[in-house]
Amino acid sequence: MAYLPNLLFLLALVAGIGFFARNVRRLIRNIRLGREEALEGPRSQRWKNMARIALGQGKMVVRPVSGFMHIIVYVGFVIINIEVLEIVIDGLFGTHRVFAFLGRPYDFLIGAFEILALGVIVAVVVFWLRRNVLRLQRFWKPEMKGWPKKDADWILYIELILMSLFLTMNAADYSLQLLGAEHYPLAGAFPVSQVIAGWMQGLSEASLIAVERVAWWLHILGILFFLNYLYYSKHLHILLAFPNTWFAKLRPKGDMGNLESVKQEVALMMDPNADPFAAAPAGEEGPPAKFGASDVMDLSQVQLLAAYTCTECGRCTSECPANQTGKKLSPRKIMMDTRDRLEEVGRHLDAHKGTWEPDGKQLLDDYISREELWACTSCNACVEACPVSIDPLSIIMELRRYLVMEQSAAPSELNVMMSNIENNGAPWPFNQMDRLNWKEE
Amino acid sequence: MEESTTGQGQGVPTMAEMAAAGKQPEVLFWVGCAGSFDDRAKKITRAFVKLLQKAGVSFAVLGTEESCTGDPAKRAGNEFLFQMQAATNIQVLNAYGVRKIVATCPHCFNTLKNEYPGLGGDYEVVHHTQLLRDLIREGRLSVEGGSFRGKRITFHDPCYLGRANGVYEAPREIIRELDADLVEMKNCRQRGLCCGAGGAQMFKEAEKGTKEVNIKRTEEALETQPEVIAAACPFCNTMMTDGVKNKEKEHHIQVLDIAELLQDDPE
Repeated sequence: MAYLPNLLFLLALVAGIGFFARNVRRLIRNIRLGREEALEGPRSQRWKNMARIALGQGKMVVRPVSGFMHIIVYVGFVIINIEVLEIVIDGLFGTHRVFAFLGRPYDFLIGAFEILALGVIVAVVVFWLRRNVLRLQRFWKPEMKGWPKKDADWILYIELILMSLFLTMNAADYSLQLLGAEHYPLAGAFPVSQVIAGWMQGLSEASLIAVERVAWWLHILGILFFLNYLYYSKHLHILLAFPNTWFAKLRPKGDMGNLESVKQEVALMMDPNADPFAAAPAGEEGPPAKFGASDVMDLSQVQLLAAYTCTECGRCTSECPANQTGKKLSPRKIMMDTRDRLEEVGRHLDAHKGTWEPDGKQLLDDYISREELWACTSCNACVEACPVSIDPLSIIMELRRYLVMEQSAAPSELNVMMSNIENNGAPWPFNQMDRLNWKEE
Repeated sequence: MEESTTGQGQGVPTMAEMAAAGKQPEVLFWVGCAGSFDDRAKKITRAFVKLLQKAGVSFAVLGTEESCTGDPAKRAGNEFLFQMQAATNIQVLNAYGVRKIVATCPHCFNTLKNEYPGLGGDYEVVHHTQLLRDLIREGRLSVEGGSFRGKRITFHDPCYLGRANGVYEAPREIIRELDADLVEMKNCRQRGLCCGAGGAQMFKEAEKGTKEVNIKRTEEALETQPEVIAAACPFCNTMMTDGVKNKEKEHHIQVLDIAELLQDDPE
């Protein structure tokens, strides 16, 4: 019986991490449904980008208030996780504050965790107020109804609860230390929780132990819950921001890449010796490559990773000229739709034992409307605004390519523009022979 | 290049003429469709040509051998048409052994600089604001003018020059050279708002919304109470000019290209 808590802890840990691993495998499987994309540019630049943008939060501070608050929560969570290591060891081996032997450094660490925890609480409250009292516009766009709105609030509540449990646990521990309770040797510094400890004065030793144990257990179970909440939430960004900034494109933003499949077609057309009736060369018998994208499987793995990385902050949407002028387009929605559709495809695959049976739906039209796609000015404001280097514009372009090259479904005015280019080498109906007239006028 | 006295036309050789004379210009001026056909943009073309002549830059144009880079087709999703245009243009450019290109249109600039190399067209490509900035720095072009001294000028960043290619300072450096009062809009540089023309929007009606993008951007420009709105893109120029007219400010506020700011005697 003495080892029951250890056993229960081991069980919770294995279940929590096991379930998380299952979801990570599912996430990787889904991302691999996308096209492979050759990575260009030096890897050293990719590491630098990851260090600056994800690790260093370089683009968060473009908006100073939310950027500063976000850094507190980010640093808080990363550093307080050192404490989780101690909790796991204590839980497995039945020790208590196993790192206390460090002495002064331990006091310093615990003290620092407490101040960070308080900082996280303050930031989380400010975030909640910005969403729900100040009602910042970007948090109240149409795509933020339902789960995305709840998800955003729940993350804040969970963080608030976890930090409160951490401080409550410390407060009870500190009170017990002062009482000289057995198993609670003097260890740590408690600059924040000593205030809470003041409120616990008069509680019996048994009650304090109960408070400390309950807070300790709820805190670690809460962390395991939160770990598994990630896969279902926009909060995945805490993990995926790192790979996403690494994989993000290095070329200038204006370079939208040349489609390889089209390159071959054009080379063939320009080659006077090409035989139009020749059979496809060996190894190319399959159906011809699809131009552009109508569903998530046509997008690249980098684009699918980005969809899972998006934390729906809406900085892209708030910078988008189309969105600012009341059009339906919202770059954030492009990313959310891509993820929702990818999840749907994943569930459909699971239901059919991993083989793909068409489900009669696709990303285009069933999720993203043509009206949204044609409102884009390709200005790259969304790409510039994203704090984790997501490129919604590249997805818009792929869908446009499908519409135009596979469906011939461009708006009629654009068809006029394109036939002008085909016929006279300019988007307007002017004669190419008049190109130099400007110099005589 | 010698200054022409009988009219500008004679100072604008084509690559064909240059090649026939066995000469290779320092730089090819890519005029672009707007610069060739749009009445407003043609003035920018001529202003830039005058500056090239004044600075003694040896240049040439493709003339009737130039064709659309394919940018609007590509942004509209027609990669096929884009690559056909690119292949044709690259054949012409490579045949003339072109090494350096200057463009007054940021869309042409972006496409030539970033998207042509992968299709066999590798050139040094600069925007005209970069070339003009360099000519001023090198002392080849003197900034006399003076007509813009002390004037309030705000600069609208073209998306395909700024965010797309990171060129923010060249046009601003020129405005400062004019001793003008450069006033920045709330949204500038990386956060500059689009004029609404990019991504092939120039050639279609906007989707349903509450406002036109160019009106919104013009309002942002007007907040700075400028005497001149400086642009560096023929399409931005059109959009901002329309916006200023919509606000009935065209008698007080000029929309001018950076090249026009440097002119001694504007058209």
